[in-house]
Amino acid sequence: MINNIKSSGSTTIGKNKKPIISAIDLTKQYGEKSSLFTALNKICLSIKEGDSIAIIGKSGSGKSTLMHLLALLDTPSSGKIILSGEDTSKMPKKKLDKLRNNTFGFVFQQFFLNSNNTVLDNVILPLKIAGIGKKTRKRRGIEVLKTVELVDKVNNKANDLSGGEKQRVVIARALINNPSIVFADEPTGNLDTATGKKIENILFSLNKEKGISLIVVTHDSDLAKKCDRQIYLSDGEIIKDTNQ
Amino acid sequence: MKLFDIFAMASSNMFRSKLRTILTIIAIFVGSFTISMTLGISSGISSYIDKQLGSIGAKDALIVHKTVKNSLTTSEGLTKYDPKASINTTATSKFESIMLTPDDISIISKQDGILSVEPMRTALPRYIQGTDKQKYEIDVSETIKGMNIDLVAGRELISDKNEILLPNKYVKPLGFNSAKDAVGKIVKFGINKGLQPELVEISAVIAGVQQESIFGSSSALASSSMINTLYDTQTSGIISTKKQYMAAIARFDINISESKLNDIKESLSKKGYSASTIDDEIGIAKQVINAITYVLIFFGAIALLAASFGIINTLFMAVQERTKEIGLMKAMGMSKGKIFLLFSIEAVLIGLCGSVLGVLVSIGLGNIANSIASKGFLKDLPGFDLTVFPPTGVFLVILLIAGIAFLAGTLPARRAANLDPIDALRYE
Repeated sequence: MINNIKSSGSTTIGKNKKPIISAIDLTKQYGEKSSLFTALNKICLSIKEGDSIAIIGKSGSGKSTLMHLLALLDTPSSGKIILSGEDTSKMPKKKLDKLRNNTFGFVFQQFFLNSNNTVLDNVILPLKIAGIGKKTRKRRGIEVLKTVELVDKVNNKANDLSGGEKQRVVIARALINNPSIVFADEPTGNLDTATGKKIENILFSLNKEKGISLIVVTHDSDLAKKCDRQIYLSDGEIIKDTNQ
Repeated sequence: MKLFDIFAMASSNMFRSKLRTILTIIAIFVGSFTISMTLGISSGISSYIDKQLGSIGAKDALIVHKTVKNSLTTSEGLTKYDPKASINTTATSKFESIMLTPDDISIISKQDGILSVEPMRTALPRYIQGTDKQKYEIDVSETIKGMNIDLVAGRELISDKNEILLPNKYVKPLGFNSAKDAVGKIVKFGINKGLQPELVEISAVIAGVQQESIFGSSSALASSSMINTLYDTQTSGIISTKKQYMAAIARFDINISESKLNDIKESLSKKGYSASTIDDEIGIAKQVINAITYVLIFFGAIALLAASFGIINTLFMAVQERTKEIGLMKAMGMSKGKIFLLFSIEAVLIGLCGSVLGVLVSIGLGNIANSIASKGFLKDLPGFDLTVFPPTGVFLVILLIAGIAFLAGTLPARRAANLDPIDALRYE
């Protein structure tokens, strides 16, 4: 199923798409005065709806910082992020929490699953946080577990799964809120090549099939190449952007 | 996140580290048990005292004696009636010196601050007889307005009927099967008519049976009508100025200050009368009980203080262990307030577990102790439950401990709430 979707391509996505998220002069600095460290320096970039983007760089290049800022997990020292035309720097914290909850999905290298809970409980966590009722949670949970082909493991403990299965649970969790953007931080970093490929396929098929924007942070050039656009970071600055 | 879900999550989180949580609960249990048990014992004692107080008199009453104290009531068994004993040895000589006369009553009533004085008429019948042949000595007192008598059976007196309340210890000797059986039965008093040596028999109906008391109510209590009959018989032919009373009840304004009341007492004492309120009569007993209560509660509070550090420690460890999870939930949009709530609820739940357990165990042990004590060392004090657990008090103890647990939980909960999601996710 996943391979089919991938080969069918993205016919629905045209050239004149609206930007879903833009960064304007994004700067992030840590420390003070003498120990001031600039992690990101005046980054400008615009990501369109349905794009798949790879942010590539060595460790310390600022790629994770950029992702955190784009995902509204962190606040920039200066500059701003425009999400669907709205300036997020002026939003109250509650609204930011809500935005993260219902427009973003997160896939992490280390999974961050609650190992003692069942697969279903892990997957429905964002819905729980959103305050959605039990029945809907379960229905949606099973739906998304179907898309990652893990329905048969619904009641298994997260601890008993293999690495690939765990990452699929994480993807299911990222999808459960019907996000418009999925952030993936080294999604295949902890997996062997074959399993990694499978995870990549799932992510890209979601991007192509459902038009979910995908922002991947990686240092794996193979994974980066599969994205529509690659942004190379070094020392907090964009050194190459394939879009330009 | 819905409150219910936070609750469910907090309660399942609670037992993720079972042993640690259970140990913390035990610590709270110790504090809760101590405080609850103390509460139980102290309210057991004070409720007994309050019941006993009722049979002594009303709150706005000063009991006025001549400065020698009434020594008729003894705590020993009943004195058997001896027909050969003369009036002189029993009644007159024994009491004359300590009796109040109508002159005394008028002196007392002129005292500032005293609203009214009623002589407490005590009839001194020579014997009481029930269905059994054996006659017993007894004395009969008048009921004071505002008295609240602890009854084993029957009802309160109706003033215009010839009725008495019989002390419980007379029930069996007089030939009744039980307190209930005695109610409604007739007893006869043998009493001297004035100074004549022959005895007149006067009968009365037992309206109720009073609980025995530690404060010396071994007298039968009589309705106004009954006391009138007895008293009139006893004093018939005696000139009114020679009438004598054991004590008088002086009423004062219940709203006056402590110091004013003391002034009244002092002034009366200068005139040769001792006046005391009900609280005075049992003052020392109550002070001792209160002191013991405070000490025990203090120990309980120390145990709780230690336990609350246990909660703080447990939850700090939990926050440490769940740092990533907290970070994840925050990344997924869980607000600071909800995270705070999640950990606070966990603290409160730990507190509730410990306190409810402590309270339940103390109630259970209290009841066992009650039944042992009532057969053992409290045998002579019927109606005395060693422990009484008033529901509001128990509820307050639980609430208080839950409150302490909440306060203890705020420290770790705040740390959790203030975690930076990025740092938390990076945390190894």
